[in-house]
Amino acid sequence: MAVVWIPSLLRPLAGGASTLRIPGATIRDVIDELDRRHPGFRDRLVEDGELRPQVAISVDSQVATELDTAIGDDAELHIIPAMSGG
Amino acid sequence: MVTTQKPKYNVIGTRPVRPDGVDKVTGRALYGADLRLPGMLFGRIKRSPHAHAIIKRIDVSKARALPGVKAIVTAADLPEAEDKVQNLGEGSANLRELSNNVLASGKVLYRGHAVAAVAAVNVHVALEALDLIEVDYEVLPAVLDPREAMLPEAPLLHEGLRTRSVAGPGDKPTNVASHTQFVFGDAEKAFADCDEIVEREFSTKMVHQGYIEPHASTAMWNSDGQITIWTSTQGPFVVRAQCAEVLRHPISKVKVVPMEIGGGFGGKIPVYLDPVASILSRMTGKPVKIQMDRTEVFEGTGPTSGTSIKLKMGATKDGKIVAAQADLAYEAGAYPGSPVAEGSLCLLAPYDIEHVKIDAYDVVVNKPKVTAYRAPGAPAAMFAGEQVVDELAERLGIDPLKFRVMNTAHEGTRGPGGIPYVRIGHEECVEAALDSAHYNAPLEGENRGRGVASGFWFNAGLRSSVTVTVQPDGTVSLIEGSTDIGGTRASLAMQLAETLGVAFEDVKPTVVDTDSVGYNDVTGGSRVTYGSGMAVHEAGLVLQREMVQRLARPWQCAPEDIECQDGRFRTKDGAKDASFKDAAKLVVSRGPGVTASASVHAGGFGAGAFATHIVDVEVDPETGKVTILRYTAVQDAGTAIHPSYVEGQMQGGVVQGIGWALNEEYFYDDQGRMANSSFLDYRMPTTLDVPMIDTIIVEVPSPNHPFGVRGVGEVPIVPPLAAIANAVYRATGVRQTQLPMSPRRILETTLGIA
Repeated sequence: MAVVWIPSLLRPLAGGASTLRIPGATIRDVIDELDRRHPGFRDRLVEDGELRPQVAISVDSQVATELDTAIGDDAELHIIPAMSGG
Repeated sequence: MVTTQKPKYNVIGTRPVRPDGVDKVTGRALYGADLRLPGMLFGRIKRSPHAHAIIKRIDVSKARALPGVKAIVTAADLPEAEDKVQNLGEGSANLRELSNNVLASGKVLYRGHAVAAVAAVNVHVALEALDLIEVDYEVLPAVLDPREAMLPEAPLLHEGLRTRSVAGPGDKPTNVASHTQFVFGDAEKAFADCDEIVEREFSTKMVHQGYIEPHASTAMWNSDGQITIWTSTQGPFVVRAQCAEVLRHPISKVKVVPMEIGGGFGGKIPVYLDPVASILSRMTGKPVKIQMDRTEVFEGTGPTSGTSIKLKMGATKDGKIVAAQADLAYEAGAYPGSPVAEGSLCLLAPYDIEHVKIDAYDVVVNKPKVTAYRAPGAPAAMFAGEQVVDELAERLGIDPLKFRVMNTAHEGTRGPGGIPYVRIGHEECVEAALDSAHYNAPLEGENRGRGVASGFWFNAGLRSSVTVTVQPDGTVSLIEGSTDIGGTRASLAMQLAETLGVAFEDVKPTVVDTDSVGYNDVTGGSRVTYGSGMAVHEAGLVLQREMVQRLARPWQCAPEDIECQDGRFRTKDGAKDASFKDAAKLVVSRGPGVTASASVHAGGFGAGAFATHIVDVEVDPETGKVTILRYTAVQDAGTAIHPSYVEGQMQGGVVQGIGWALNEEYFYDDQGRMANSSFLDYRMPTTLDVPMIDTIIVEVPSPNHPFGVRGVGEVPIVPPLAAIANAVYRATGVRQTQLPMSPRRILETTLGIA
């Protein structure tokens, strides 16, 4: 199961938890399961079937931009702001 | 150079002459302003004189009647844009805000905001016509400071704006566009266990990238609906996407031709002129060219944020930083989108700190909409962070570089956003600085001081596409779509040459338009040598495999019997052997051409790069002038593909940082008018202001790249602000918490009259 690090501003949705163990083969699966257990997560992270433009998710230290990114059994996921460079 | 283990390369690490060098030094390279097309018209932009006002009426009748005027455009001529955020490759934009920034609709939100544009037979007529356009304004109160803009009583720029966060939108009108927060551990509780705590507030001013080439764009809207745009940009594909959205035109009918670029540093990613020139071309049926002058560049494009940062850090007496708490407010300018999240993620990046709480606010003010500037958000954040770290070290009686080693982040340390680092090179940078001739040389004389600081920037990967083709003489053409700002034709050609085992001179790189190569994200985020380098490597491997397939026939063997190693093809039995060049001649002369393409997504932001800088200054106690005596920049490049270009990036970043630290600022009057919008008054460093910048390249190969590359373009601008402030402190005994450290500011603070 993946370990999802919950951003501080979303911890109220997760009962105050800072990390949760959530099963799923892709980021989309994990978000779906997260939302099933703690309703509201999908709405905050997904818009029109894609990650919200302001949101990025890292999987094992690599920032992913697509919901279909595959994740391993013990993957570590972080929800972070999307960034740009100059 | 300081290098950890890496493979032996033949091309990588050498210093060949750049492929575009001759054209550039002989003046043959074509920039945006150089374009001339038959029947071309000349456009100019009418801009707001006010920082905040309602547009009550625009009357273009007198201007339209002027002989030689061919068309006039206002926001009413643009299609209504959707109020939605669109992903534009690197970063995103609200399409309505993007459109309103191109031509103001309803309100102007900053001095310099475009309100109309004219196309005429020449520039003089266009300028005369601008004066004949009558605009009635209802002037509104302006707000220019981010902390003032956050107050409930502040004038609102956008009635509909609500504070956005990952938790959802706020419920009240505000100028605070977003709130981001990072919490790990319990900082407040941890401060109780600290032996030393430093708490300070810092502020920096809005500054501009200062690229030497002003924006220039020419557009031709054909009667068949095909638009071609020749422009100075860091991202032709992003220009294509933005124009398609703003003009509501099929993206397949927009072709963007990137001209050579005279600097960008992040400032040439958004569109300003391109949609306007396109509409004027549609109206007239002629190509229309618009160029900015320097004042327009300052007032009408995207600088970087002024900032306000409150920072508290605590350490134990044995030298361990255990807690940090920060509050950052960055100016977004007229529309949301400051780099405050990036700044807050970089603030503590070099260190392993268990307890952290950071709040970051993106705040709209009546200034130009900011855009990226080299490591966006990081220099201002580190101006705060690296001074507080310096002060902690001083209070604990520990050498500032050794203090950084004691607290350094390593592979596995939770870095920005709590994400564990892969292999990084901060400690190696600090150790190289400790061992440097500069740090070990005594600094003597009155009013002199030495400062150090570290810095971090992410390494974007994103999307890149290339096509490689074997030519009849055995050389290889490399078609790419990334604007070459810092020598990426060379750095990509070198990676292809290394992959194929051929000479650098046998690879010919060409940057082409958006119709002629697969998708490429912007030249930004320190990503091209890294991300496009991955595409080049992959295309090279595909080409090699194709060559093996093709060689099998003339060599009369199975493809499986051919090996490719060190740039040579050989049969396993040793009977046949050929260099790449000879094999290529054989293959191409007998069959169809050999071409391979690769499109990669090199990931979001990856391993990242660190730098540590050392600077000696002398402060004139009578004038307050700070003179840079000596400067050494140390930086982890992963693998330096072309060391001269890495050194050039390091030196360029330092010089920009020196200007930001000592002189540069948007100086506003109380009406929100920039008072120094020329290079005469906006003081950037010249060669007379800086010494030779010494460089030490550290190579800790990135595990995310086939050659170990890390992005090198941005991190060198991150440490200078703090390093110089720390040096000024040691020279004067006074901490500098505001930028720029101009002579006036130095005198006010050292004389106690600030």
